[in-house]
Amino acid sequence: MIEVFLAIGLLIALTILLSLYRAALGPGVFNRVAAINVIGTKTIVLLVIIGYYFERPLFFDISLLYAVLNFIGTLAFAKYLERGEVWS
Amino acid sequence: MVLIDAIVIIFLAAGIIFMFTGVIGLLRLPDFYTRLHATGKCDTLGEVLIIAGLLLYHLFVYSPGAELSVKLVPVKLLFLIIFIFLANPTATHAIMKAAYKTGVKPWKKGDARM
Amino acid sequence: MRGCEEGKGKEEKMNAKSGKGFGILVTFCAMFLFWLLLSGIFDALHVGAGIICSAIIALISHDLLVKEKGDKMLSKSFRFVIYLGWELWQIVLANFDVAYRVLHPKMPIDPLIIEFDTSLRSDFALVTLANSITLTPGTITIDIKDGKFLVHAIAKKPADALLVDKTMQNKVADVFMEW
Repeated sequence: MIEVFLAIGLLIALTILLSLYRAALGPGVFNRVAAINVIGTKTIVLLVIIGYYFERPLFFDISLLYAVLNFIGTLAFAKYLERGEVWS
Repeated sequence: MVLIDAIVIIFLAAGIIFMFTGVIGLLRLPDFYTRLHATGKCDTLGEVLIIAGLLLYHLFVYSPGAELSVKLVPVKLLFLIIFIFLANPTATHAIMKAAYKTGVKPWKKGDARM
Repeated sequence: MRGCEEGKGKEEKMNAKSGKGFGILVTFCAMFLFWLLLSGIFDALHVGAGIICSAIIALISHDLLVKEKGDKMLSKSFRFVIYLGWELWQIVLANFDVAYRVLHPKMPIDPLIIEFDTSLRSDFALVTLANSITLTPGTITIDIKDGKFLVHAIAKKPADALLVDKTMQNKVADVFMEW
């Protein structure tokens, strides 16, 4: 089972690498924000897989925290791009 | 045990296939809005499938240690599933609304790629 | 009639006052349960810190979690669970739909933006409908404004499913009993 986790983790890393193309070159800021949001959500799953691969339960807490932070970051970015300010 | 292993592997494989579909959509579709179609749907289901597979693995295969913090891991994974289901469409919707308000033109059939 | 309405307003005010305490209590309990589930350590230091943190959060943001005391919550949540089952199946269909459109060599897409009215009122029902539209085949919600949904559809067929059939709107309205 450990080998399966390793393979899945590497494949997720590959999808992150592919989305990095959109984040780096994607025309316009919105493509980049969308790609970064996608990378963040993939990272959540990658952290859970790492937690099982190294058998460290601490990684699940980190992935929960990362999920919340990624969501808030995306929302703040969207709001900033929409209005030019985050608080209003 | 072998049966549960097979089910877990099927969940993980289905999830990774959907995630790859989402990434191919992100790279291949012509404009911002249609790209979000691919990522908003495929990523949500792919990630939920992978985490659900790991949840099954933890419940039926993995033999946890004695500490309570290890035994509570399925609860955390369940929270993650619920959160992804709620947050992923909302984030997609927020970015899309911002783009629409700032006047990013949607792609029409026959236009050049954007 | 007017006196009746005033009485109703007074009653609502009192309800709101008791609703505030109720909201704080519910938020506190939910936050504290969440803390215990996440930490999994039950000594005095951690539990005490949890109580203080949940109390602060409940005092600041009690109106986010519990907004109004709804009626028929039990029947609504039962219908909601049934609806979630249907929704899951729709999500799987949506993924195969997207996979077909993305992997097809010619990419059969023809995006358009549509608009339709809704009769739903409560925030929770609107959020449910918006997220369901985003997760089901070929459509994404862009904006909700004054009871109007603005939806980006990837082709003509999924747009017609929202505009003509209205299966999903009817289902959500059934769940929350807001026709």
